[in-house]
Amino acid sequence: MSAMNPSFSHRAKPLTLNDSAWVRHTLVVISLLTIGLFLILPLATVLIAAFAKGWSTYAASLSEPDALAAMRLTLLTAAITVPLTTVFGVSASWAIARFEFRGKNLLITLIDLPFSVSPVIAGLIYVLIFGAQGWIGPWLSDHDIKIIFAVPGIVLATLFVTFPFVARELIPLMQEIGHEEEEAALSLGASGWQTFFKITVPNIKWGLLYGVLLCNARAMGEFGAVSVVSGHIRGLTNTLPLHVEVSYNEYDFVGAFASASLLAGLAVVTLVVKTFLEWKQKQDLKAARQAAE
Amino acid sequence: MPQSHIMPGFRPALGFTLFYLALIVLIPLSAMLLKTLQLNLDQFCDILTSRRVLTSFQVSFGAALIAAAIAAVLGSVIAWCLVRYPFPGKKIFDALIDLPFALPTAVAGIVLATIYEPKGWIGKWVMEAIGVQIAYKPLGIVFALIFIGLPFVVRTIEPVLQEFDSAMEEAAASLGANRWQAFIEIILPNILPAAITGFALAFARGVGEYGSVIFIAGNMPYVSEIVPLLIITKLEQYDYAGATAIGLIMLVLSFVLLLLINGLQWWMRRRNGQL
Repeated sequence: MSAMNPSFSHRAKPLTLNDSAWVRHTLVVISLLTIGLFLILPLATVLIAAFAKGWSTYAASLSEPDALAAMRLTLLTAAITVPLTTVFGVSASWAIARFEFRGKNLLITLIDLPFSVSPVIAGLIYVLIFGAQGWIGPWLSDHDIKIIFAVPGIVLATLFVTFPFVARELIPLMQEIGHEEEEAALSLGASGWQTFFKITVPNIKWGLLYGVLLCNARAMGEFGAVSVVSGHIRGLTNTLPLHVEVSYNEYDFVGAFASASLLAGLAVVTLVVKTFLEWKQKQDLKAARQAAE
Repeated sequence: MPQSHIMPGFRPALGFTLFYLALIVLIPLSAMLLKTLQLNLDQFCDILTSRRVLTSFQVSFGAALIAAAIAAVLGSVIAWCLVRYPFPGKKIFDALIDLPFALPTAVAGIVLATIYEPKGWIGKWVMEAIGVQIAYKPLGIVFALIFIGLPFVVRTIEPVLQEFDSAMEEAAASLGANRWQAFIEIILPNILPAAITGFALAFARGVGEYGSVIFIAGNMPYVSEIVPLLIITKLEQYDYAGATAIGLIMLVLSFVLLLLINGLQWWMRRRNGQL
């Protein structure tokens, strides 16, 4: 509908036609070569290598017990981390986008911090606390609690690397939307939770889903941080990306690429849904602006 | 102080945010600091000045620097084409740019190694054509990091180009400037902050990158061993002190980079605000 909106099309001007044809063609060729070599070829290679020995070998390597255990662990990890990161993201953006307080900029920087920390360090810090030589490692082993080289360590490392994903989508979005609608609802007598679920959530839903989507992709695909804390125990502490590594290092290339094809599929689905959500959000913002006029 | 007295939930929201931040990020990170404090200064310096550690820092920072520079150039060209030129399949290419964000790094790693190894599709061809081996050499690390860095540059420059007011270009043209002058005088100064920010983001990510690199790097100590891998090697040898000391330096550097990037983004916003 809004694609036909004339107020949007007047910006598209053919000014680039100033560029001579050979400049345009050279730049487009460089772009397509780069995209082809670095993005399309890798994606195609995953599929070609996964099916190198036919469909039945592909299916067999995916139904192998270790591969199935890796899939289950990856799903479990995402099922725990994504909701926690989402609750954190919503609460952080509520505090940051709706209130003024001292140290807000520092808080935003700290929330972004896991984004710039090497994944290997994200794993290392938990080993230093919970590992055999760690702070509370001896106490944990006395009480027969395993965190490192076990599922809790994998969940913790994943919580660290996905930490900013929802918050950094929601904070700017909620700041842009503003709080007039919420204040109106509150002054008309709605409770805090009513206002949140009836006003805030519908307003931020596309951005929220966007953050959740990216968080899920990272939670299922994380490799470095999880690699440090996992111990690579086959069938027990290997997530799908770790299973890819183990198979590859054992020269089981079809097995490695079969598991990799699932993760590549996840990446493609993530990109498609992401493009859809970006389009939805743009439309919503445009509609809101038109309603305001 | 809450800005609006009617808005509820300030204390629980901020309280939970700080609690969770401390639990998942701040306390674990401070564990690393405390672990390093158990070392005396001599031990700390000995670890960091060993030749293996120094060369791994050279490899990681050198490769990340070169890759970020190449990604900055290629990414700028891609962003320019995506915003300015019509060509078939543009929407699909645009969506594909984010693939390195979405593709698990282990998958990227084995795929890039397969393509660029001496017997791989591209690797074989490059080997025969110009006699250069890409995978299992430092050059392989650069290739992996270009892959990782590309979307950072494209996604930082794209919105700046979209917002860019072409009236200035047209004014320059009508005043007799040729296309090259318009590019140097008008366009370049406007996209430069974004390009530098994208470069810094790609560099910061590249320095700490692990999964996409280790399969293609060859991981030869003193030659193609990156810092994150050396940390893991030390951990596997139960050299916690060594791993922690190297990790702390990496952490401090990434914090410095983060502050630098925040500064760059502020500069970028201010530049764009002035337009």
